[in-house]
Amino acid sequence: MSQPDFSHDGIRTARGTAFRYLFMLCALLSILTTVAIILTLLVDAVDFFAQVSLVDFLTGTRWSPTNEPIAFGVLPLISGTLVITIGSAMVALPIGLLTAIYLSEYASDRRRAYLKPALEVLAGVPTVVYGYFALVYVTPAIDAILPVDLSTFNALSASIMVGIMIIPMVSSISEDAMSAVPDSLRQASYGLGATKFTVSTSVVVPAALSGIFSSFILALSRAIGETMIVAIAAGQTPRMIDLTDPAGMFLDSIQPMTSAMVQIGTGDIVGQGPAYKSLFAVGLTLFVITFVMNLISELVASRYREVYR
Amino acid sequence: MAADTGETPADGFGRVSRTKDVVFRLLALAATLIGIVSLAALLLNVAVDAVGWLDWQFLTNPPHPNPYEAGFLPALVGSIAIMLMIALVTFPLGVGAAVYLEEYANDGYLTRFIQLNIANLAGVPSVVYGLLGLGLFVGLFNIGYGNVLAAAFTIALLILPIVIISAQEAIRAVPDSQRQASYGMGATKWQTIRNVVLPRAMPGIMTGTILALGRAIGETAPLIMIAAPTTVFGLPNSFFSKVSAMPLQIYNWASYPQTEFQYGVVAAGVVTLLVVLLTINSIAIVIRNRYQQRT
Repeated sequence: MSQPDFSHDGIRTARGTAFRYLFMLCALLSILTTVAIILTLLVDAVDFFAQVSLVDFLTGTRWSPTNEPIAFGVLPLISGTLVITIGSAMVALPIGLLTAIYLSEYASDRRRAYLKPALEVLAGVPTVVYGYFALVYVTPAIDAILPVDLSTFNALSASIMVGIMIIPMVSSISEDAMSAVPDSLRQASYGLGATKFTVSTSVVVPAALSGIFSSFILALSRAIGETMIVAIAAGQTPRMIDLTDPAGMFLDSIQPMTSAMVQIGTGDIVGQGPAYKSLFAVGLTLFVITFVMNLISELVASRYREVYR
Repeated sequence: MAADTGETPADGFGRVSRTKDVVFRLLALAATLIGIVSLAALLLNVAVDAVGWLDWQFLTNPPHPNPYEAGFLPALVGSIAIMLMIALVTFPLGVGAAVYLEEYANDGYLTRFIQLNIANLAGVPSVVYGLLGLGLFVGLFNIGYGNVLAAAFTIALLILPIVIISAQEAIRAVPDSQRQASYGMGATKWQTIRNVVLPRAMPGIMTGTILALGRAIGETAPLIMIAAPTTVFGLPNSFFSKVSAMPLQIYNWASYPQTEFQYGVVAAGVVTLLVVLLTINSIAIVIRNRYQQRT
């Protein structure tokens, strides 16, 4: 979009150059932000790892930053995050994918015009509100309906709420990918006598697979980083989970990484002890996981853009 | 899609099933509605619970351990103060970055790197931005724990990528013919940006920025990380006043075990927060619609 600058008026050119550099500075601020995030996390995490060994942190199965015996194993927190991620994925991925298929293949333009903003609202509600909903409405409702022994703080209602929150991420990006599938592919399939169901599931979804995959990763990355819902509704019990025991995973209190950070952040821990510094070590772990996922999502998405545009 | 001519059709190709088609259509529609309907039901619940609690006294009182005297005013004013500061910081920076990327930058490695970086920043969890605020503004710059300035700067960095991306879209939507016309009149690049591109893109930029502010007002985790107090009794009167915010106060109240708090005071707080959020988003939509009518 850059245009040749034909003016040779010295003062005006000087002013134009000044603005150019000013604007460039604004754009470079974003890179500075990333550098600052990495440095902030690293500096304090390095301090932390001087006191607690990296191996103990990454392989320890007990997390107890303030109560004796002190332990800084991050695995129970990663377990908690995993439970929320699996739970919210079971809600958001199928619902989001079906929503995208409906919006892209079935809905009329008029219906799509009000369904899409309505879905976006799901992502716009403050997460603290979802957390409150999970705690005071969803948990009692599930407890009343299902014949299970549900704790006041549990992973189930928290993951359902996180799942509902990330539905629009899955549906909007998947729908973009499905809309980018050339109409000729659909027409060819209809010409063979296929129904809309067959066209959607056997032609459109496979053709849009990389976009759908990218939306899944991005949504799960959002679920991993989600903080307030789990801090309010999922509890503060860091524990290892058993993947073969779904009831044990979901019906009781757990503690994901983000929730542990909030607990340290709201506590009265001051000074430079390992409990305070562990905040940055967990933060760094969270940042690395979500950063890698976002990057993969971006790379996968840019691949499908090249195919059809 | 491989064509299996003359042999057994794969994937049900060739066998037309109307029932399956109708069932799938309904299933997809149900999936589309389930999130919206669940949220509507929850909102209805909270609105009903807030009745009798959300009154003038609630909006004008400071917080109180007695649920019947508890109020929301310091949190409400705190949120608005933080939001105004955020707007002052993000608007110039966001527009500046967008102008650079859309009007000045060539399509080189640096530009693509900045673009990828902005997309990635938009996906960094908000709690991590809280740690950035804690390390940078509270630690390095020594602004102080949990005051208006630290809160505003931290959340400003969080929403900056969103502001930049939406401002870029608004600038990209300005037709190139208008730029060419401006150059044809002998205008410089800066004159073209100031007199043609920015005025034309302004409604879109405003809409995007205001929507981002709506996101900012609901942020809680970064405030917790920079140690903003969950409960404040006085109104902020300087940049360095300790400040609470609506979502933070709601988080604090939600942990109170009394029913009067869980199904009364918090419900009133949630409804207040959502009404403020709705007002902000309506302003954005009004600006967008007025702009659309003019063109």
